[in-house]
Amino acid sequence: MPALIRLARIVKRYVIYGQEAQPVLQGIDLIIERGEFVAIMGASGSGKSTLMNILGCLDRPSGGDYVLDGRNISDLEPDQLAAVRSRLIGFVFQSFNLLPRLDVVDNVALPLLYAGVAHRERRRRADAMLHRVGLTEYATRFPNQLSGGQQQRVAIARALVNGPSLLLADEPTGNLDSETSRDIMALFADLNRDENITLVLVTHELDIANYARRLIRLRDGRVVEDRTMDRSP
Amino acid sequence: MIAQLLGESLRALRANRLRTGLTMLGIIIGVAAVIVMLAVGQGAQFMVSSAIASMGSNLLVILSGASTSGGARMGFGTVPTLTAADAAAIAELPRVSAAVPAIPETAQIVYGPSNWSTSVIGTTPGFLDIRAWPLAEGASFTEADLRSGGRVVLLGRTTASNLFGPTSPLGKTIRIKSSPFLVVGVLAAKGQSLDGRDQDDVAIIPLTTAQRKVFGNPFPGTVRFILAQARSQDVMANAEREIGDLLRQRHRIRAGQEDDFTVRNLTALAEAAAASTRIMSIMLGSIASVSLLVGGIGIMNIMLVSVTERTREIGIRLAVGARRQDILWQFLLEALIISLAGSVIGVALGVGATRGLAAALEMPTVITAWSVGLSFAVAAAVGIFFGFYPARKAADLSPIEALRYQ
Repeated sequence: MPALIRLARIVKRYVIYGQEAQPVLQGIDLIIERGEFVAIMGASGSGKSTLMNILGCLDRPSGGDYVLDGRNISDLEPDQLAAVRSRLIGFVFQSFNLLPRLDVVDNVALPLLYAGVAHRERRRRADAMLHRVGLTEYATRFPNQLSGGQQQRVAIARALVNGPSLLLADEPTGNLDSETSRDIMALFADLNRDENITLVLVTHELDIANYARRLIRLRDGRVVEDRTMDRSP
Repeated sequence: MIAQLLGESLRALRANRLRTGLTMLGIIIGVAAVIVMLAVGQGAQFMVSSAIASMGSNLLVILSGASTSGGARMGFGTVPTLTAADAAAIAELPRVSAAVPAIPETAQIVYGPSNWSTSVIGTTPGFLDIRAWPLAEGASFTEADLRSGGRVVLLGRTTASNLFGPTSPLGKTIRIKSSPFLVVGVLAAKGQSLDGRDQDDVAIIPLTTAQRKVFGNPFPGTVRFILAQARSQDVMANAEREIGDLLRQRHRIRAGQEDDFTVRNLTALAEAAAASTRIMSIMLGSIASVSLLVGGIGIMNIMLVSVTERTREIGIRLAVGARRQDILWQFLLEALIISLAGSVIGVALGVGATRGLAAALEMPTVITAWSVGLSFAVAAAVGIFFGFYPARKAADLSPIEALRYQ
């Protein structure tokens, strides 16, 4: 079985006012195997968000190859990327990004709508996922009736409902207090251990990164550190 | 998939009820205006076409020529050159089915204490056939009356009711210019003519009676005009030419000399009137469509605001796997729902307003399935046209930019 993610010489430049700025990513080579739990750290401007966007197929690299699940996706069209996101990737954001007008179960079921799953089946799978994150009794509430930690659990349920190969979390605890942060990180660790979900996490807090088993540090668009960590209890 | 997205669109519209309602109002007013205007226009067209139908079909009118008096040219009929014999000869032409001579004159009619000024027409019994004018009561005068110059009269509906009120005038004797006449028939109501005259304000007497006993005439034996009916619509031009040739021959007019008569095609005039009403109808419809257009711009405006407001939502949807066409459809469906629901309500309102207008102003109005279908189709087209640009704008958003939007 090939690696889940294989990045080779990934470069990302932005053109600002017709002039090419300094590349944000300057040749990233990275292999992430299935079932890994990786934390990406780095200061602001180190390129970690850009790398996340490329990993999540929200953005395309300016150069280099990105092979995800055995398929080179560097040159895909926007709709093909959408299909990849729908099938293979789940996102968890710092600001939860739930749709305020949808109730909890509809928020969780949203990715299934775009995967073409029928209404009844969407409901069933969303209910199962809410059960997994321990929010069954909140199904018909709306996001603004939930605490931050509960909203992030809903977001995690939504990210997992399609059965993705890769879960990407961009500062998932950035808006949470430390106790809730620990709960959320414990949930991530469980998912990674029990269900073998590949997890890539961006954070700037070392104690959050410590939940991961591999730490990648970026500086000025390059990988400056890549080490495997002992499993924290 | 579109059925699934429909749910998303409905949810978004429900969440902004006031805004949805106001946007819809633009379409409602537009569709209602189109329906009302088309109904008024088609009502006018209907009135004209029934006036044409009441005139009689394939009619040619032959008028006497114009005289010149001291350099001033007088109107048609100032030199009476046509005779009843001309009419009889015209009736023999192969492409003419009938021809009748007529002398109209205004006269005072008296019955007991009531009196009424009306148009008295001296003509032959064939006049009623050519004008397709049935009798409501009694019978027409006969050829015998024509030969003997009988004092009998047929009254138009308006004349009858002005002299007799609700009672039947049959068998009563009236006076026309102080000569007594027996009322033998009452004509069925015909309504207004194309130029708005009341065609029922009339009394009809035998031609010979008119010539000899009622109207003093410096040119004995002449008539004012001849009404001829061509055998069909297609032969009208030929019939017109035949009549011209015949009359030139009968009146001994040599080539190069001016005719002492004029032939006019009444049906062509009627068609011109019908065409101008049709144009008015189209004008009214077009003006109303402008309000529909404004309603469409309202949809576009509100959809653009909505796309901007929901940029982050679009980003989230894209991140969880929505394709561009999913976003496009969601917003396009919102615009379509507004325009279609608006046009359903607009049709109901338009039909109601038309009924109200017809009742209040006694205006003839006609609502056809065609006009309802048209405004419906236009409203749907407006929804698609003005919904497409905002929907396209939403679909073309980059997921990263959209997610970053605050």
